[in-house]
Amino acid sequence: MPRSYLDFERPIAELTSKIEELSSMGEDAGVNIAEEVEKLRTKRDKLIKQIYAKVDRWQMTQLARHPDRPYFLDYVPLMFDGFQELHGDRAFGDDGAIVGGMAYFREHAVMLVGHQKGRDTKEKIRRNFGMARPEGYRKALRLFQLAERFEMPVMTFIDTAGAWPGVDAEERGQSEAIARNLMELSAIRVPVICTVIGEGGSGGALAIGVGDRLYMQEFTTYSVISPEGCAAILWHDREYAEQAAEALKPTAKDLKDLNLIDGIIPEPMGGAHGDVEKTAELMGDVLEQALSGLLATPLPDLLEQRQKRLRQLGLFSSAG
Amino acid sequence: MNWITRLIERPSTMLGGSKQDMPEGLWIKCPDCCEAVYNKEMQRSLMVCPKCGHHHRISAAQRAEFLFDANTFEQLDTDLRSQDPLDFRDKKKYRDRIKDASKKVGDEDSVRNYLGDIGGQTVSASIFEFGFMGGSMGAVAGEKIVLGMERALERRCPYLLVTASGGARMQEGVLSLMQMAKTSAVAKRLKDARIPFICLLTHPTMGGVSASIAWLGDIILAEPGALIGFAGPRVIKETVNQELPEGFQRAEFLLQHGLIDDIVDRRELRDGLKNLFGQLLQRIYRQAEG
Ligand SMILES: [Zn+2]
Repeated sequence: MPRSYLDFERPIAELTSKIEELSSMGEDAGVNIAEEVEKLRTKRDKLIKQIYAKVDRWQMTQLARHPDRPYFLDYVPLMFDGFQELHGDRAFGDDGAIVGGMAYFREHAVMLVGHQKGRDTKEKIRRNFGMARPEGYRKALRLFQLAERFEMPVMTFIDTAGAWPGVDAEERGQSEAIARNLMELSAIRVPVICTVIGEGGSGGALAIGVGDRLYMQEFTTYSVISPEGCAAILWHDREYAEQAAEALKPTAKDLKDLNLIDGIIPEPMGGAHGDVEKTAELMGDVLEQALSGLLATPLPDLLEQRQKRLRQLGLFSSAG
Repeated sequence: MNWITRLIERPSTMLGGSKQDMPEGLWIKCPDCCEAVYNKEMQRSLMVCPKCGHHHRISAAQRAEFLFDANTFEQLDTDLRSQDPLDFRDKKKYRDRIKDASKKVGDEDSVRNYLGDIGGQTVSASIFEFGFMGGSMGAVAGEKIVLGMERALERRCPYLLVTASGGARMQEGVLSLMQMAKTSAVAKRLKDARIPFICLLTHPTMGGVSASIAWLGDIILAEPGALIGFAGPRVIKETVNQELPEGFQRAEFLLQHGLIDDIVDRRELRDGLKNLFGQLLQRIYRQAEG
């Protein structure tokens, strides 16, 4: 599959095609070419490291939305066994923007819930680009409660531009659906681990993002509003998205500095889209460790700690 | 321009933002029916147009005066201040926006907490002040709502939330988003303790406030004509590229779609609340609470 490259990834693309070109002539051209290819590869690795070491917040936003970035369902077969998808909210429909089901995670039966954006045009439309409607959040809630009944840890994977801003969503109570999830997740009687694997878009992300642990992959963002939306409101011009991204501080490092996440899950050199298997392995290791910690915590303590964790969110001062 | 900023920047709709903003003229022209109404008469009908029933926006302070029994209420938790955790600036510094809003409205942030009686029933209440940065919810507003709920838990009295907000305060980034999770978590404690929690949604109640604490009451009421929803109408219109239905996201529309319990005229609110609290608190099995 041909890769897509962001603007700031262009130099990598150029070197890559050069390497490919040389390698394809390699067979009959002898040792010199092989050496040259090796040299270019080393150069490319260095370049990738350099470029990725200094991505700014706007570039990070683009990386989080990278068209080649792995989605939730790309990780499922790599990280889990025996995934059984469970459809529908039992009331209105089955929202393709949120996928859920049971699986084994390194021997543990778990409930998985994640956003799914869709890869090709047809799937994108079926999944509404990963922007869920109320029935999506209600399906998620149904699965959280199923997990609670059968004492299964919940693992959520966040990757959405936001909840769907549509007439149908409002008619069916988008606000209510999100609010209810926030409340129920705060007290659900099983461990909940949430991971941002792409875009953490506001309330639509949070609706499956309240739990005992919150992780972000290295090249992801989590924001109260998209930089474009923020720019439209505060700068009165969407063209200021780059400035808005800087101001909103939405990167994994920003959130770690604000003490809002438990950890940053490293990605392979060049990002998740360069090596899905390696990314899945790195993520699996972090999540397994998190899960064993939570499983070792008695349930009453787990619930008390979660309430405390949510209660203390926020920074303010007390004036006289 | 976006709908929130339009609302904020249109001073003509800001009737009664606070005492100093009160219309000074003897007559107020109702923006809905265009009739001129004697100012005192408008005040007497709680800033509801006596001619057409239009509910004018009122400040949190006015709301408290209209709601509570005279001389029974006090404002609490006034010592919290936003810290500007992101050092946020757009065209203007967030710190300056806060200073300007405080100067304009006289409040330190977008929520006021009260303890007082409504029809003889002690109630802990949080009331949004839309005049303060569009009633946006940041860390201070989130903490005050939680303090209001915890006061209800301690005293085992009902909690009343009156919303008027454009949503989460983006100048505080994800910290403001997390106020949705924080307030919702404490709402769960109210539920479990069976403390009556009533939400009154007023114009407008949108975004992160709508999609969290505003919808977690045992009873959800709204003022007539209030705009209530998750996404702003302009955003929806731009996204779906179609005309929005008549009355979309208005309280009447929500009632029709089964999303709220009832619409209550401001002039009947106090009696309505008294009635509701009485019903919710009678309880046929008066076993130990908790
Ligand atoms: Zn009128």
